[in-house]
Amino acid sequence: MRLAARRRGKCSATLYRVCTVKGPLYYWFSPIYAAMSSPSPVPALEVSDLRKTYPNGVEALKGISLAVQPGDFYALLGPNGAGKSTLIGVISSLVNATSGEARVFGVPIHTRRSEAMQMIGLVPQELNFNLFEQPFQICVNQAGFYGIGRKTAGERAEKYLKQLGLWDKAFEISRTLSGGMKRRLMIARAMMNEPRLLILDEPTAGVDIEIRRSMWKFVQGINAAGTTVILTTHYLEEAEQLCRNIAIIDHGQIIVNTAMKSLLGKLDVETFVLDLTDVCADLPQVDGVKISRVDDRTIEAEMSRAHDLNSLFAALSARGITVTSMRNKANRLEELFVRLIDANDKEVA
Amino acid sequence: MNAEGTLIALGTIVRREVTRILRIWIQTLLPPAITMTLYFVIFGSLIGRRIGEMAPGVSYIEYIAPGLIMMSVIQNSYGNITSSFFGAKFQRFVEEMLVSPMPGWTILAGYVGGAVLRGLMVGVIVLGLSLFFTKIHLYHPLVTLSTFLLAAVIFALLGFINAIYASKFDDIAIIPTFILTPLTYLGGVFYNVAQLPSPWKEISHLNPILYMVNAFRYGLLGISDIDLGWAYVVMLGFVVVFGAICLNLLHRGVGLRS
Repeated sequence: MRLAARRRGKCSATLYRVCTVKGPLYYWFSPIYAAMSSPSPVPALEVSDLRKTYPNGVEALKGISLAVQPGDFYALLGPNGAGKSTLIGVISSLVNATSGEARVFGVPIHTRRSEAMQMIGLVPQELNFNLFEQPFQICVNQAGFYGIGRKTAGERAEKYLKQLGLWDKAFEISRTLSGGMKRRLMIARAMMNEPRLLILDEPTAGVDIEIRRSMWKFVQGINAAGTTVILTTHYLEEAEQLCRNIAIIDHGQIIVNTAMKSLLGKLDVETFVLDLTDVCADLPQVDGVKISRVDDRTIEAEMSRAHDLNSLFAALSARGITVTSMRNKANRLEELFVRLIDANDKEVA
Repeated sequence: MNAEGTLIALGTIVRREVTRILRIWIQTLLPPAITMTLYFVIFGSLIGRRIGEMAPGVSYIEYIAPGLIMMSVIQNSYGNITSSFFGAKFQRFVEEMLVSPMPGWTILAGYVGGAVLRGLMVGVIVLGLSLFFTKIHLYHPLVTLSTFLLAAVIFALLGFINAIYASKFDDIAIIPTFILTPLTYLGGVFYNVAQLPSPWKEISHLNPILYMVNAFRYGLLGISDIDLGWAYVVMLGFVVVFGAICLNLLHRGVGLRS
């Protein structure tokens, strides 16, 4: 019996060694071990009950909690002064939190700052590079601050400046760059440490639509390659197109934190703008549709999302009215955003 | 951040500082050369000839040369760090470093390194200029070098504290104008404090610049109005105290993180 027990002990010890020592078997079965040991992945960003009160008494964050999953494209929206930039400041260690905790891929920012910062790339809202340095120099220096050698830094600077269409300006004084170029330079700089979490604080503010689209394409590519992206923007169309999940902050609190699809699904009323070929003398009456005139050849139709458009077109056709084009009056997310903020303002008041 | 990464980060700040010093050499290297040439011409050649010897075999121009070199080192290491670090704060590109994994002491060491190098460049220029007016004997190279380094580090650290607290450009001009310049002129650059009447002689011993100027003078000429041991105690004491203050300010994020 004692022999059997010893054999059993030996067997289990061998099994333990096979499972834990990093031999070939460990690597073959590592995905299984990983799945068994961690049922859910560590969030790219986890914020728990984060509070920030500035010395002047302003309470910018009132106990914010949220989690951003790895690989997500996450929108952080809110009106001016809602607390978005303070939250980003705490995550990037530029702002000291009053209480609460923030973790980047499980690493607490407050106690293991250096380790956490290695994983973050930040594109701030305000321009914050040396205007007397060249874009190439700015990027290489930024890599240096992350402990990346000059050879690798030079290669990365060339790669990202080329990808963002700035290579022909790489050795010009950055003060001479246009507004859009300066914004792209800050994205290239944030990519120098090839971060696992990229935070973009209004990266397209004041940028024309063509450059904005090229920036979206670049960031979408980065996200597709596995980088988690957090975006704050006032262009809600941008957030709707790019982001999969969304949080809305107002008065230092999160009022919505959900999937973009689920949020947009809450919008029950839509307004369409219809352009007509001829002057419309009197407006048709359609059940469940509120029709109003914008001008002689333009009308607006507000209806429930459940309502079909056929009855509207049938009524218009019956009156001999021809519609040349139709569009949504407002961006869907914009409409929701305004409603949520209004509702929250009333609640706060 | 591992040791290699920290060294790369440190080297990046120093390299950036040196590039800046050389890029704006008209503001950084030329003015001390012109000012010190004027000092040598007026105080050394014109007035100095009438004063005679300050110590046996030491002419007035020889006596003031070490003080003038030390004065330019002090002013330039202080000026470099205040203008550069406050400029980085003002233009907000200090955030490039604050969001990086670099520890605070690396930022401090990088900026102090840049300031010491500017002090060295200016010191070498002024030393070269002084050779047109007088002969310099290197009496004790180790004392000369260590005094230069300690003085440059002390004033770089003091400049860093000033830059951290400064919120506008006026704030970085107040200390050099109202404190640094008077202390330098009263620090025994142009005269021997032993010649002063009481209580000014005793009060002069409270001036830290007196110890630096005299230790440097000892390194170059072999004469000093101050005990060399005390000079080192004072200088090392300031390095420790100012260094600790800087690290504490960086750790707490004073003036940098809200």
